[in-house]
Amino acid sequence: MKVENSFRRGALDSIPIALAYLAVSFAFGIAGSAKGVPVWAVTLISATCLTSAGQFAGLISITAGGTLIELVLSQVIINLRYSIMSIAIGQKLESRTKLWNRFLMAFGVTDEIFAMACGRKGEIGPKYFYGLMSFSWLAWTLGTFLGATASGLLPQMVMNALGIAIYGMLIAIIIPPSKHNKNIVAVIIVSVCFSLLFHYVKLFSFISSGFSIILCTLIAAGAGAVFFPVKEEDE
Amino acid sequence: MSLWRLFLYIIAMAVTTYLVRMIPLTVFQKKITNRFFRSFLFYVPYAVLAAMVIPAVFSATKSFGSSITGFAAAVILSYREMNIVTVACLSCAAALAAEMISVIL
Repeated sequence: MKVENSFRRGALDSIPIALAYLAVSFAFGIAGSAKGVPVWAVTLISATCLTSAGQFAGLISITAGGTLIELVLSQVIINLRYSIMSIAIGQKLESRTKLWNRFLMAFGVTDEIFAMACGRKGEIGPKYFYGLMSFSWLAWTLGTFLGATASGLLPQMVMNALGIAIYGMLIAIIIPPSKHNKNIVAVIIVSVCFSLLFHYVKLFSFISSGFSIILCTLIAAGAGAVFFPVKEEDE
Repeated sequence: MSLWRLFLYIIAMAVTTYLVRMIPLTVFQKKITNRFFRSFLFYVPYAVLAAMVIPAVFSATKSFGSSITGFAAAVILSYREMNIVTVACLSCAAALAAEMISVIL
């Protein structure tokens, strides 16, 4: 099977990710300065963490004066899905990939980069992954800086509407493949049903939204694996 | 909050996030042959992303109406297999249009 290991290809594939990141991190920058965090600190958070939900939660935790342990625990729970993604990416990697490559690549595991890398047919190499990471990271950091600096310049209405960008992107990643595979549709429906259940049924209100995502993933992907096991060539 | 404390919190956040990603990527180096686990990993992206989108997307903008409009636009456009950026931009435009209409009415 062909191994995709071109930095250039990765960089090209990262263009949609980078554009979406620019918009979302811009919003993060604005949220950060609205909470009174200095520009350098908001930018540093984006440059070192590269995670949307985790950063928003971290920002809230930091500015609300939470303890360090609370911050670390909430980060582990919200970001635990990356562990599952990391395993999946590890399976997709060509087997001769060196250990130090894995250490570097780990920094770039995000929902979108993961979706792009695992959406490719066949194996991938580290160079392709670095291509995906580089511009995504650059856009994420730059967007945060610009948002924190330009905070208050954009009309409120436009800022509100930009909030939908990241979801539009995620939807555009999962819907096209599900058109051609009914099993994926079933997995999506199960995940959505449990997600709604955990959010709106009072009995489950103790489940945080980060933890809800983990539970939905385990249940829906687990059900998919039990009822519709995939053959090697489907992957 | 003092600047040092802020710095310490940011570093703690960065290290935690990195370890959560790094440990599984370096520990599971061999190909997993178990069919159940392979199938599980195949379905993970769809399950994760679906749970991330719903119900959070309903409160993605300031109003439920414009969020739903943007969401509907995103679903329709991606069903037509438009590329990711087009879907993201047009769903923002749809949400903005909905907000403007609600202001005018």
